[in-house]
Amino acid sequence: MSDEPTSPRTPFKGGHPVTDAERLMAESVRDPRNLTRYLYYLRTAREEGLPLLVAPLDAAVNWSRANAIWPLTFGLACCAIEMMAVGASRFDLDRFGAGAFRPTPRQADLMIVAGTVTHKMAPRVKRLYDQMPEPKYVMAMGACTIGGGPYSVHGYHVVKGIDRFIPVSVYVPGCPPRPEALIDALLWLQQQIAKERPISSRYVPKRWRQSKESPFEGGAGGCCVDSPSLNSEIPNIPLHPLQRGTCPTPLQRGKKDSHS
Amino acid sequence: MTHQEVHARLRERFGDAIHEWQAPEAGPVGAESFRTYIQIAPEALHDVCAMLRDDSGLRFDFLRLISSVDRMECLSSVYHLYSYTHHHEAVIRVDLDRGNPRVASVAGLWPAAEWHERESFDMMGIVYEGHPYLRRILLPEDWAGHPLRKDYVAPKEYNGLTNE
Repeated sequence: MSDEPTSPRTPFKGGHPVTDAERLMAESVRDPRNLTRYLYYLRTAREEGLPLLVAPLDAAVNWSRANAIWPLTFGLACCAIEMMAVGASRFDLDRFGAGAFRPTPRQADLMIVAGTVTHKMAPRVKRLYDQMPEPKYVMAMGACTIGGGPYSVHGYHVVKGIDRFIPVSVYVPGCPPRPEALIDALLWLQQQIAKERPISSRYVPKRWRQSKESPFEGGAGGCCVDSPSLNSEIPNIPLHPLQRGTCPTPLQRGKKDSHS
Repeated sequence: MTHQEVHARLRERFGDAIHEWQAPEAGPVGAESFRTYIQIAPEALHDVCAMLRDDSGLRFDFLRLISSVDRMECLSSVYHLYSYTHHHEAVIRVDLDRGNPRVASVAGLWPAAEWHERESFDMMGIVYEGHPYLRRILLPEDWAGHPLRKDYVAPKEYNGLTNE
């Protein structure tokens, strides 16, 4: 995959090469008219041996999900001031469909943990996270939620990072982060959502799928950014048995790929 | 009232229970000032505070804050008072035994003291006797120790979460 262009942005984890189709798909996630996003799904559907009908369904579901991320109204400390600024007119999170802050976790997709999480607050954060319906995402906003921040050494009362008790999808560093950083994190999350396969990973019969190396086997259903198969790097997708006569085998593909 | 007058009036009634305490920010001794610094024997605190509030010449009707200090040899509870009637102020300090820090609550005199004393109890472990509902205000109920004491050691783990 060395001949393919890499993304100008370094991916958060791993640093895998980003293919053209992935990049186009990720960039066009907010534009329903742009069909390049389907290229990725069509390609993967072909490689996975899925029926071609399923790939556009994945894309459609992802498009609607990524453009209607409803955050939970959940401010804990000074980061919440910046989060409010992002929601207000100057930065306007509504431009990305994420401005509808919900007062209840039952209606929320995204929990922006904005501020210091103390030991007293941690069980409440966990409970709110548990009350959110799947698929759900967590944004760790600010230095305190990432690793304790200014309280990391002498703070007896601060949890040193919320990823010690809930999974985190996006980390937003800063003390507090600028509103632009929060918007950037949201866009990154939208791109991650665009890579999920909500239909094909759940509703496609097993006999249509591939061998045991398939990323869907035993995964998190393809509906969670923090599932290992989607967060670390795009895995080697084995080919359909019918295509093996003409295409490289999974083993050969693995040898060719530099990131395997 | 200047601080000399306040001091003299308290001394008149309580005698040796009142010590003038020359705080560094109080300025030179004998200077004209409307802020009084006094140190009180702990057992006289409630009576002194009642007089400070009710005496027509003193009339400290507003409790600004209660703070506490760990001086290693003792624990101090510090009360900042202000009078909206006479526009003078007072800073009162009681030194308490570090092993058994107990002092009378002033929540009956100034209701604002209620939460301040709870915080002081939470952070420093000073027990205010007669407080209507003395329990931790900031930390969880089952927290061990009082974290603003100088010899406090933070727990390695709380509620299953490590603190490293």
